[in-house]
Amino acid sequence: MSRSAKLALGCALLLSLAAPAFAQAKKETARQYGVGHAATPAQIAGWDIDVRADGQGLPPGKGSVKDGEKVYMDKCAACHGEFGESAGRWPQLAQGKGTLASHDPVKTVGSYYAHVSTVFDYVRRAMPFGDSQSLSNDELYAVVAYVLNLNDIVDDKFVLSKETWTKVKMPNEGGFFDDDREKTEKAFWNKNPCMKDCRGPVTITGRAGSLDVTPEDEKSKRRGVE
Amino acid sequence: MTERTDKTRATRRRFLAGAAGVAAAGVTAARADNAKSLAKNLPPNVADWSKSLGEGVGVRAYGTPSKFEKDVQRRTVGWLTATPESSVSFTPLHQLDGIITPNGLCFERHHGGIAEVDPNDYRLMLHGMVDKPLVFTLEDLKRLPRVNRVYFLECAANSGMEWRGAQLNGAQYTHGMVHCVQYTGVPLKLLLEQAGVKPNAKWLMVEGGDAAGMNRSLPLAKALDDCLIAYRMNGEMLRPEQGYPVRLVVPGWEGNLWIKWLRRIKVGDQPWYTREETSKYTDLLEDGKARQFTFVMDAKSVITSPSPQMPVHGKGFMVISGLAWSGRGKVSRVDVSLDGGRNWRTAKIDGPVFDKSCVRFYYEHEWTGEQLLLQSRAMDDSGYVQPSKDALRKIRGVNSIYHNNGIQTWAVKSDGEVENVEVG
Repeated sequence: MSRSAKLALGCALLLSLAAPAFAQAKKETARQYGVGHAATPAQIAGWDIDVRADGQGLPPGKGSVKDGEKVYMDKCAACHGEFGESAGRWPQLAQGKGTLASHDPVKTVGSYYAHVSTVFDYVRRAMPFGDSQSLSNDELYAVVAYVLNLNDIVDDKFVLSKETWTKVKMPNEGGFFDDDREKTEKAFWNKNPCMKDCRGPVTITGRAGSLDVTPEDEKSKRRGVE
Repeated sequence: MTERTDKTRATRRRFLAGAAGVAAAGVTAARADNAKSLAKNLPPNVADWSKSLGEGVGVRAYGTPSKFEKDVQRRTVGWLTATPESSVSFTPLHQLDGIITPNGLCFERHHGGIAEVDPNDYRLMLHGMVDKPLVFTLEDLKRLPRVNRVYFLECAANSGMEWRGAQLNGAQYTHGMVHCVQYTGVPLKLLLEQAGVKPNAKWLMVEGGDAAGMNRSLPLAKALDDCLIAYRMNGEMLRPEQGYPVRLVVPGWEGNLWIKWLRRIKVGDQPWYTREETSKYTDLLEDGKARQFTFVMDAKSVITSPSPQMPVHGKGFMVISGLAWSGRGKVSRVDVSLDGGRNWRTAKIDGPVFDKSCVRFYYEHEWTGEQLLLQSRAMDDSGYVQPSKDALRKIRGVNSIYHNNGIQTWAVKSDGEVENVEVG
């Protein structure tokens, strides 16, 4: 195969997202620099905290809605509210069902999340805010169960574990689709955009000044165009 | 800011505006007033600095900007978020020129504050569907072959407050979640080759070492194409707020993927559906369905001067200046309109034009004091033309939060003041 043909083939594979084939073909020739050390199973175990949508990565353990209520009240309610309604401006975790198509969508675990793993993985790595990665596995399962219960996704007696994982059905599971801009926004590709008399008379329909929410110090700026 | 964008409704804004003003008032005092000149320093007099010696070398071991430039700062919008540890500060685009953003002015977006990583304790773990799971130290990474690339980084939520109309009066606030930097780093492809990726691998999970453990799924094809494991920005080591000592560079794709304080890359065969790619960084459309994995940042531009924070001083010659970028390739052209999009003229691009980078554009104008409705429109080499805000809204509605690349309008009034407006 000629060099340019090989190059074209490489590009085509990339474009078709057939990355594995590309990686494999390259692997044979890739230079090994001998830099870096083997990661030991113990090292990996300490950091390997991600949980995938299909449940891969779930740790051993379990937790009930009832146990979760205690964890939640102790460590979450101050910001998220006792019922997940949010205290102040922190993220709301519950309610909001049926609002996604409204003028005021409220995105919560119950109204918006498509996967339980999303809650589990996030709480495991980032919560409680300011004390990340401090919950035990049982506490994690329990508090996730409680947040699901706040959203009426599981009943009061539910116990979340690796085994009961697949029983949870998220209400907005079918609410997402992959990026389709290249099809639905095809009109934005245009080699010759209009240059002259492209529209009728222009009127101002809204002003930032009338809302007046810009930080105040900008009002004292007095530097001209450079 | 994305946590609370759902709260940024007009009524709330009005309510909170007072508090935001009080919080920002402290900055006012530091603002330099260049309009004020002292006669004793002006000709025919000899200026103070012409008569006495200044500071010697070494006094400013790490130089900082002139004391007269103290107003050139990242700024925040107090009402946007619940806490500064999970919040955003904005690049002062209106005070910059050229294409490179100075390191200390690159906007910040953290989810768990700035991780202060000791470089001696830094480790990057690469595991999952690989032949040899590996751990790299910072010194390891620095031993490997590296490349230098200039890329823009834009937060997907940049201009997110403007979906429902003109809200914030300043390019810094409407467009300041973008910066453009030269990175030095190791191609991610090279690292993956060291570990040996299994044939059926398709996705990576990339994870930060901060208190948010920020994680995203990244298609393997993109990783093999042009992603970098970067440790330098504009020549020096990354700033702590930009991920020191190591961040992921994902050219042209939304900033949330550019994991800072990168600690782990796991190879897998499907996406993870993490919080940041499901509950956040998905684009809710009018029918209640949401687009996911909208990685690419479409072509966009903004006039940085004049702009609300950079009014026009007096009639006469002026240079209209702005910044444009595209995640789909090179910016090929920028047009400017003085009449709200009725008529367009092509601006001059000056300075280097790189792939998935910012370009600087200029348009010269003799201003007679007439009202201007300034707009700019970027095109890229894929043929994409930056759309009007209304064209975007027609397809997406106003609930998307993310990926607002609509054309911005600034109204220049007869006194030279500039306002963020919507036109219809």
